[in-house]
Amino acid sequence: MSTAAQTFINVGERTNVTGSAKFRRLIKNGDYATAVEVARQQVENGAQIIDVNMDEGMLDGSRAMQTFLNLIAAEPDIARVPVMIDSSKWEVIEAGLKCVQGKAIVNSISLKEGEEQFCRQARICLSYGAAVIVMAFDEAGQADTAPRKIEICQRAFKILTEEIGFPAEDIIFDPNIFAVATGIREHNNYAVDFIEAARVIRKTCPGCHISGGLSNVSFSFRGNETVRRAMHSVFLYHAIPAGMDMGIVNAGQLDIYDEIELKLRKLVEDVILNRNENATEALVDYAEQFRGQKGKSIKKDLSWRTFAVGKRLEYALVNGITEFIIQDTEEARAAAERPLHVIEGPLMDGMNVVGDLFGSGKMFLPQVVKSARVMKAAVAYLDPFMQAEKEELGTVDVSNGKVLMATVKGDVHDIGKNIVGVVLACNGYEIVDMGVMVPCEAILTEAKKENADIIGLSGLITPSLDEMVYVAREMQRLGMKQPLLIGGATTSPAHTAVKIDPVRSNGPAIHVRDASRAIGVVSSLLSEEERPLFVDTIKSRYQRMRDRRSGGPSRPRHSIEMARQHAHKLTAPVPQAPSFTGTKIFEDIDLKKLTEYIDWTPYFITWNLAGRYPKILEDEVIGKAAQDLWNDTQAMMEKILDQNWFTPRAVIGFWGASRNGDDIRLDTGDTFYTLRQQVVKNNQRANFALADFVAEAEDHIGAFAVTSGAEAERIAEVFEAEADDYSAIMVKSLADRFAEAMAEYMHERVRKELWGYASDENFDNESLIKEAYTGIRPAPGYPCQPDHTEKETIFRLLEANRIGMTLTSSYAMRPAASVSGLYLAHPESAYFVVGRIDRDQVKDYAKRKGMELRIAERWLGPILNYDPEVTGNVSD
Amino acid sequence: MERQQRIEQFYSVARERVLLLDGSWGVMFQRMGLEEDDYRGSRFSREEYPVDMKGNNDILCLTRPERVTELHDAYFAAGADISETNTFSATTIVQADYELDHQSVIDINYQGAKLACVSADQWTKKEPHKPRFAAGSIGPLNKMLSMSSDVNDPGAREVTFDAVYQAYREQIKALNQGGVHLYLIETITDTLNCKAAIKAIIDLEAEGLEKLPIWISGTITDRSGRTLSGQTAEAFWYSVRHAKPFAVGFNCALGADLMRPHIAAISRVADTLVGAYPNAGLPNEMGEYDQSPQELADQVGQWARDGIVNFLGGCCGTTPDHIRAIAHAIAGLPPRSPVPSRTTLRLAGLEPFELAS
Repeated sequence: MSTAAQTFINVGERTNVTGSAKFRRLIKNGDYATAVEVARQQVENGAQIIDVNMDEGMLDGSRAMQTFLNLIAAEPDIARVPVMIDSSKWEVIEAGLKCVQGKAIVNSISLKEGEEQFCRQARICLSYGAAVIVMAFDEAGQADTAPRKIEICQRAFKILTEEIGFPAEDIIFDPNIFAVATGIREHNNYAVDFIEAARVIRKTCPGCHISGGLSNVSFSFRGNETVRRAMHSVFLYHAIPAGMDMGIVNAGQLDIYDEIELKLRKLVEDVILNRNENATEALVDYAEQFRGQKGKSIKKDLSWRTFAVGKRLEYALVNGITEFIIQDTEEARAAAERPLHVIEGPLMDGMNVVGDLFGSGKMFLPQVVKSARVMKAAVAYLDPFMQAEKEELGTVDVSNGKVLMATVKGDVHDIGKNIVGVVLACNGYEIVDMGVMVPCEAILTEAKKENADIIGLSGLITPSLDEMVYVAREMQRLGMKQPLLIGGATTSPAHTAVKIDPVRSNGPAIHVRDASRAIGVVSSLLSEEERPLFVDTIKSRYQRMRDRRSGGPSRPRHSIEMARQHAHKLTAPVPQAPSFTGTKIFEDIDLKKLTEYIDWTPYFITWNLAGRYPKILEDEVIGKAAQDLWNDTQAMMEKILDQNWFTPRAVIGFWGASRNGDDIRLDTGDTFYTLRQQVVKNNQRANFALADFVAEAEDHIGAFAVTSGAEAERIAEVFEAEADDYSAIMVKSLADRFAEAMAEYMHERVRKELWGYASDENFDNESLIKEAYTGIRPAPGYPCQPDHTEKETIFRLLEANRIGMTLTSSYAMRPAASVSGLYLAHPESAYFVVGRIDRDQVKDYAKRKGMELRIAERWLGPILNYDPEVTGNVSD
Repeated sequence: MERQQRIEQFYSVARERVLLLDGSWGVMFQRMGLEEDDYRGSRFSREEYPVDMKGNNDILCLTRPERVTELHDAYFAAGADISETNTFSATTIVQADYELDHQSVIDINYQGAKLACVSADQWTKKEPHKPRFAAGSIGPLNKMLSMSSDVNDPGAREVTFDAVYQAYREQIKALNQGGVHLYLIETITDTLNCKAAIKAIIDLEAEGLEKLPIWISGTITDRSGRTLSGQTAEAFWYSVRHAKPFAVGFNCALGADLMRPHIAAISRVADTLVGAYPNAGLPNEMGEYDQSPQELADQVGQWARDGIVNFLGGCCGTTPDHIRAIAHAIAGLPPRSPVPSRTTLRLAGLEPFELAS
């Protein structure tokens, strides 16, 4: 469960005699004790599965496999993760399957020896309850080109799922990663072939997974660790969005994409993506200077030592370097007023950078584990100083109260929790930290035993939210009255108010945004005088949030069938066809031109200045503040335009489309799913769904993804490093404005020229802002289509990663300053609010999308007209 | 009635209500005060079988079948829907402790199945509105595949997978031929042993043996929330899901209060039915279970009301009185609805692992 939100799984490769000379030597010498330590190290370094391979000519493979698996079964630190049983010999695989009590992966089976053998082996895997890796290998040999890889995997998928009844989700394809830049021209496209094949296989074999052995790709750069590491990172950077979700990777050694030296990264990217004829030559030439270096960590590029101390701490955290951490922490401590400020300041900032990089797929789990290690070293160094401070202030051994903290079951993220723990401890509270992945029962038992005054739960991934609700419910059931604090990245006041607080009548559940808020909350809760008022205030605030969400008593709803009968019927003719179908990228857009399309009112709202631009500048109360901000903004705008700070890009597409019920079917075979209003209306207005604006045949739809680029975030970082938060916020909010302006600009071009259905339109910016034009551009996650997951289809169809846009696992867009949505051209199309919907529609919607009901309910949570916890848990 | 029709009937009542399994057998045999001669009967002479047989309850299927039938009847009379065959330890591996011969082990399973089926059929005839079923009990072994048998060598094992597979295979085949309506693989302390039994069932079915529903019941041994071989409740479920059991759950080792969180945990992830049969509390200083029928019924009745179980019953220390009390407590309660299936890759070591598709 810990990995439910993971998008990429590391398989440890060091317990493989063919891949690790050290491991081979240990096994051959019978030194199994040390070999077991290799496995332990891998798991500690973040491997989520360990690959075990004993294919070595001199070994009795079956025996070695059994011996090793039996030994690691006795080590709970290792045995906690699943095993991948890796061998080219079937008898070794079966010997391994007889030693694992968990559910393992078999690596691998293939069609190499024909269908009969393939089916036999697959059936045996099924009888042991193992998942399988299927190599793209058939009777004719190993697949090298994308079409061959696709053909073989599709064939294998069909046999496995249709003839054998193998669960699709237990099938992992390995479409073969081969070496590129070998000097042989035919090899140049191998990486592209893999990535392309991955994309198609994931799409056409629903439920399956894609894996690969990463180190092959860089084989021709043996001995040049720097280049190899860069190649691996770049490969993953492109293969993961295409659907590769598992890889045999040396868990300890991966570079961060953003930190690869720029020229090297470009040359590597040319090679991996086969971008030009001379890519290999160029990389070979450039790579020469790195030869013999053992990779970045050993190369000792010490230029970062010249940075300011905060940046050094950040660098150390991001790169997982503990070498100078004590020295730097001491320097920061000496400069800080209190040791605690070092934690709250530079260390926390560094961890935030780590969090962002991880979130955007630019850092991987093992690296994050290393970062946490550095953080802990720093905190450990500061701890005695904080103790000493306590003694000085006479607060030693005086516990203001006891707070029990845990990261809930299924979640491994504890950085935020640890920081909160440190901060609270520094303020005289006694902390019982139960660590990560703590089951509900253990938390509650310990809380009783320790007589904790407060219980704090932390979690970062979405499923943790449900676990927190469960803990709250159990506390209610067991009559535990302690306040329950909720924190962590995916938690929110709204979720706490709607899902957790109502579960408890016997005590408060309070969302705490960050470590700095924790002290106030805890001290209020533990003060006899403040507590009643504080709890009442929170409870009533949550009640208001719930009321606001429910919008008062619910108005009557139609059944979805009835609502469909009230669908909008198009009367005007279908608009003309667009000037092209397929996708097009737009770059090199003049920033100055875009400024004409900026809507400034939301910009002021970002700064908590509410009022319409330009009137706001003359407002009696906030006019002065608004004008000052405006002047500073104009100064920055000048720089942005002069120095081209942003590189806005767009990709748009048009496709033939037709309405089918509430779905919009594309000629490509893809579907946009839409949601329909169900509220019973007093007037004659229709119950709208976006699908209503598409004709039942011979119509078109468009989609767009635009961004002002990733630069703003980096520039903001520079400002932040200079402690200039003001400019940092400004540049980020301006990037948002440019992204919105870009969306407006593109929509105008679409209307007038690219689709061209309104070629004679002529509006000024004011009218644009009022949306007086024909056609709409609704975005997923907004009232017309509140389902964020629809972005996935848009991004896939547009291949938005080509302009550097990606989605996080929670469907947030990267870079942050981005907009995406659909284009609907029909003159009767209009924006509307789907509003709250009933279970019948959600069930139907989930079914159409092939999504599980629960998952759909999670994404549609904000607009559900019912409580899935109450109506849920019904299988149908 | 054909067996497949009985199985259909079983599925159908399981959809309608919480079903009740019987209670402990050990404690009931103890109360009968049976002696060495009762166990031996005429078939197992001292000369041929020198080891003491007293306490080898499974052998009573062959030597005192009427006492076994008596217990099936007592539990059915108390309100149980399902009664288990008296074959908990009837594998060649466990019976090796009694030096029992191979054929006798097979006979225990075959006759045990017959006894349970005859009793179930009679009760069904008498009370057609409440059909009764016979579950083939497949118990744990005294030898484990995941645990070392030698403190100085963590890699040592007392038994091989193939031997465990073979032992279970023979038991399963005999139970099936004896007529049971379902298999109950129970008190699983080591998931790998259980996987050998599952493989035996899958292989036998592929060879043409009639397909029967499977109920898999693990054992969480203590407050750590793990099986004896170290798995969490969810990891256990992920490791046995490929059996496509119609029910999964836990029994033994814990009383109802301590078992609840683990049943709740598996109930939240199992896309199949959930069964639970705890002990009558924890043993007292005398090693006896003394939880009253009412107390146990109050506790497990709450599980049914909370909608987290489909099957209830009793393990060590429970008696027909306990089963009767539970029957009252759950009368008319609807069964739990399984959670919807998810198409995610679910693997397990000691802990669960999930990768979204």
